[in-house]
Amino acid sequence: MMATLHKPQADNADVDADVDARAQARQRLTRWLLALLLVFALAGLATGTQGFSPAALWAELQSDQAWLILGQIRAPRTLGAALIGALLGLGGALAQGLFRNPLADPYLLGAAAGAGLAMVLVLSGATAWGITLSLNPWAWPGPMSLVLAAFWGAIAGVALTLTLAQGALHTPRLLLAGVVVAVLLGALSDLVTVASPQALRGRQAFMLGTTSFLGWPAVALLAAGTAALTALALRYARVLDALTLGEDSATSLGVALPRMRLVLVALLAAATALAVAHAGLVAFVGLVAPHLVRRHAPGAHAWLLGASTAMGAALLLAADVLARAIIPPQELPVGVITAVLGGSYLFVLLRRQGLQ
Amino acid sequence: MAHRFKLIRILLRAVHGTRLLSHISLFSLFSRISRISLITLVGLAQPGWASSMAVVVIDDLGIEHRFESPPQRIITLLPSLTESLAILGGESRIVGVDRYSNWPASLAGLPRLGGLEDALIEAIAKLQPDVVLASTSARSLERLQALGFKVVRLRSDTHADIQRTLWILSQLLGTPHEGPRVWAQLQQQMAAASQRVPASLRGQRVYFEVDGGPYAAGRGSFIGETLWALGMDNIVPLSFGPFPKLNPEFVVRAQPDVVMGEASLQTAMNARPGWASIPALVKQQVCGFEAAHYEIMIRPGPRLGEAAAIMAECLISLARQ
Repeated sequence: MMATLHKPQADNADVDADVDARAQARQRLTRWLLALLLVFALAGLATGTQGFSPAALWAELQSDQAWLILGQIRAPRTLGAALIGALLGLGGALAQGLFRNPLADPYLLGAAAGAGLAMVLVLSGATAWGITLSLNPWAWPGPMSLVLAAFWGAIAGVALTLTLAQGALHTPRLLLAGVVVAVLLGALSDLVTVASPQALRGRQAFMLGTTSFLGWPAVALLAAGTAALTALALRYARVLDALTLGEDSATSLGVALPRMRLVLVALLAAATALAVAHAGLVAFVGLVAPHLVRRHAPGAHAWLLGASTAMGAALLLAADVLARAIIPPQELPVGVITAVLGGSYLFVLLRRQGLQ
Repeated sequence: MAHRFKLIRILLRAVHGTRLLSHISLFSLFSRISRISLITLVGLAQPGWASSMAVVVIDDLGIEHRFESPPQRIITLLPSLTESLAILGGESRIVGVDRYSNWPASLAGLPRLGGLEDALIEAIAKLQPDVVLASTSARSLERLQALGFKVVRLRSDTHADIQRTLWILSQLLGTPHEGPRVWAQLQQQMAAASQRVPASLRGQRVYFEVDGGPYAAGRGSFIGETLWALGMDNIVPLSFGPFPKLNPEFVVRAQPDVVMGEASLQTAMNARPGWASIPALVKQQVCGFEAAHYEIMIRPGPRLGEAAAIMAECLISLARQ
């Protein structure tokens, strides 16, 4: 779309051909993404303690542990990885559209730091006062307590950023507030780990990101969250389209900018919080997924948001399979894989042409 | 049958001399039986008694775990718990360990199941453990519990924790008297080591560095407690917590008489600004432990007595200088 605006002299036939080519590119990418998701999901089911091995999968299906190993462990973690990738992809596309900055990622507004702090607090509390806390049914040791803490921590982090920036109206102010909150909450986490070093172990795992511990309840929650947030985001895609023209133009087009931006920030926060709470800080998926979509099939935000969601899912799914397949029966932290893959992709892209 | 169990339990208590004895009216009857025959009786009865008894243990989070019979397939995710199990005679029941467990050496062939935070859930599930032993909190443990595995969570920060862990694990193994026995043995080893500490060094103040932060093992840590049992004082008081990160200035001011830590310690310390004036470094009163020995020292497990002996050994060599 933007490209067509730069070519006002082109005659109608050219423009039509261009639009056609882009629609085809989008269709091609959709087909590719669906195929990749299917292939990676199957590969995920076939990758276990023996590494990637369809033969072992067959043997596994015959054994009496099939339901436990495949049904209760591999299937939910594979699906869960895809859903977390989807949330991060969606968050990345939202952030980049909202801030009109290709370097924006979902962790920008203090969500990551908030979740990290909450996690560290729960971990240190559990080691320091484990027994007293266990008497409280709302806290430790609920099966979802760490996840819940991280989720509300992420939400609280973004809320703090919004308070500091006095709403979501001024982009630079919002970004700066996000940086300040991230630094501050990060420092608080450091402080807590100094007081109770046992929490360090959990914190490191959180920073690296992991998809190893996802079960069916988590997958159900993630699926519901992904579906709801994607649907909502698509409803507001036109606002992001208007924003690409600049804030003034968007306002003159009749967009109620202050309210709309707040809604978009809330969507971004919810998507990020849900992903971070379940898998920690999986690096680069949120940043790279929208770039990949824009590069291969640019389009309006309704397309970009949906395709980035699918792209994020495919990326994290692939990374999860790789994490399990590289050095079986050991497993690499999935965040390391995404950082290496995503980092090298951006490296090559920058070397070749600079970011668009 | 039930009657027989009750009888054997009473006999067991008799051997271990609990105060319950005075309330048992049958005691006069039993007392006629010679002590030797009692022990033989218990020795014969015990295996059957142990394996047919349901086991109930309460872990350090206060969660009660019930087993129909003592678990036969055990996974441990902490080196100190692996060591405790082995000492208590449960070595043959261990089917998998974490990546850091390396003692006893006979466990080398067992499957490695990652660490606490990146435990290999699938590999653990495949081993079908009756119980998984771990520390108090980690996400992997919640996942294992959700999959229906029994996870016994044990804290090991102090000597009291180690004693309780040994007790709980021995109950779990169905040999409840082993825990107190091993603990008594550990205390004997520590007392013996304490006897050997040269009188000239007794009461001197130690700085035990666990990491170059500098992080110290304070009086309240299990390492500090071992030093205390050896009759040594610590520059880090109880109020600082178990492993505080110190201001380097604090160490210089505290002027420790003896410095302990990893073997590479002395050169690193001398290079720190102002540290060359610390009395322990001037007089070379430094215990730098080689890696294998250091590992024994920093694990809160049943090799506590061995750790105390190594410390005493070093103190003796310092006194000779």
